[in-house]
Amino acid sequence: MAELWQTLIYYFQFPLVQYALIVSLLIALCSSLLGVTLVLKRFSFIGDGLSHVAFGAMAVSASLHTVITIENDMILVLPITVLSAIFLLRTSQNAKIKGDALIAMISVGALAIGYLLMNLFSNSANISGDVCTTLFGATSILTLTISEVWLCAIMALLVIIIFILFYHKIFAVTFDENFATATGVNANAYNLLIAIITALIIVLAMNLVGSLLISALIIFPSLSAMRIFKSFQSVIICSSIISVICAGMGIILSILYSTPAGATIVVADIAVFLLFSLVSCFMTKRAHA
Amino acid sequence: MAMQLQCKNLVLGYEKNIILQDLNFTVSNGDYLFILGENGSGKSTLMKALLGLNAQISGEINFCGDTNKNQIGYLPQQTITQKDFPASVREIVQSGCMNRCGLRPFYNKQEKQLALDMMEKLEITHLAKRCYRELSGGQQQRVLLARALCSARKMLLLDEPVTALDAKATHEMYELIANLNKKDNMTIIMISHDIQASVKYASHILHIGGKQLFYGSKIDYMNSKVGQAYFSSSGGDIYG
Repeated sequence: MAELWQTLIYYFQFPLVQYALIVSLLIALCSSLLGVTLVLKRFSFIGDGLSHVAFGAMAVSASLHTVITIENDMILVLPITVLSAIFLLRTSQNAKIKGDALIAMISVGALAIGYLLMNLFSNSANISGDVCTTLFGATSILTLTISEVWLCAIMALLVIIIFILFYHKIFAVTFDENFATATGVNANAYNLLIAIITALIIVLAMNLVGSLLISALIIFPSLSAMRIFKSFQSVIICSSIISVICAGMGIILSILYSTPAGATIVVADIAVFLLFSLVSCFMTKRAHA
Repeated sequence: MAMQLQCKNLVLGYEKNIILQDLNFTVSNGDYLFILGENGSGKSTLMKALLGLNAQISGEINFCGDTNKNQIGYLPQQTITQKDFPASVREIVQSGCMNRCGLRPFYNKQEKQLALDMMEKLEITHLAKRCYRELSGGQQQRVLLARALCSARKMLLLDEPVTALDAKATHEMYELIANLNKKDNMTIIMISHDIQASVKYASHILHIGGKQLFYGSKIDYMNSKVGQAYFSSSGGDIYG
């Protein structure tokens, strides 16, 4: 144990490791805040779809590197993802192609196009390595620059402030959109806001867990919290605590045992979910006994 | 009595499909209007139009006097989302005050007090911290009614409020609404296919089925052909 502790202290002397921890905690916090709303609105899959869009956009950006130099992939990835989020939400209400089919279509479409572009235009020697990194995050969390950390911190702060300011409105729109609209709350505007924040978080989280595992970060903490807690506020608070703890644990474990960071965090989230499910089982049995 | 709502030559539907046409009726302060009709007669479409959720194809919906469209309370039918929604009773009732907030992010003291008062009125104060999804059907309807009262100042719209309730809860619900109508002078518009209840509680009746079949006072309805035909088809004594 003491030996592990020593190793940990040794690793945390490196700024890169510190950055990784800060960024992952911030992202975990943001994604769990929004996760509750998305799960309750039956939008769990929008996160998944958008993350694949972000992957496609990343591939487009990477293949453009051969033609022009782009300072930061975010310049392209962020707007594309935000636009897709708006598009998905707008059309999912009354389109000819139903919501879930549309999401599935866009998500696999973006994945295929992204992979194709990467193969055609990438000048990297290790294409499958690149693809793997984008999909599963792999080591990119440990190669963050200080400017990326600042970007992440500012975005995270923005998301948290927006969430707190609009907390009651987000609750009203999530619980009963028709009632909110009928009593004069502009539900469409808040749906749009939710979509944009979701897109922001997904783009942020790509570095951490990669685009395939982002949904897990959004869904698992809120599902775990919903097993046990019974008011909206307590679910939100609990899910953000779960998410932050799991992200911290995941990062530390991945450093100690050199496992992939994203996958380790998600496994920690799954473990907590199973634990909470078990506890809620006992609680209901007790209530009935 | 002051007129609150007026519909003129109203035609409703989706895109080019007309569901409901030739609607002409008015609702005045303190009225208790039952909107009757079979399934698929356009009741919900009419409700959505009154609430401003769907636009009408043609005609007018006018809120008059001091009644503003955003000041009506609405008791919707339950959605699937709400069945497993983790929310406390207090959180839900408070969310009815949302239209009083405008852009202000948090509820002020008066709004919190209003929510408490409405819970008191509907006798659900002891449930305030309970989880909504664990309540009985009757209790859930009371919670949603309390929320509607938080947003309502003059008028309540209710969409089949007793559908999922047992006989006792149904009776309680109707009495509760009748009380709001009489004591608080709240205007009530209720969608229903419960003709017995309409005969007992309504002041006016609007019977629809693709178009307006009847609009007028309850007494006139009971003596009309439409009323008697509908009543005998649902099996019962109109003067019971």
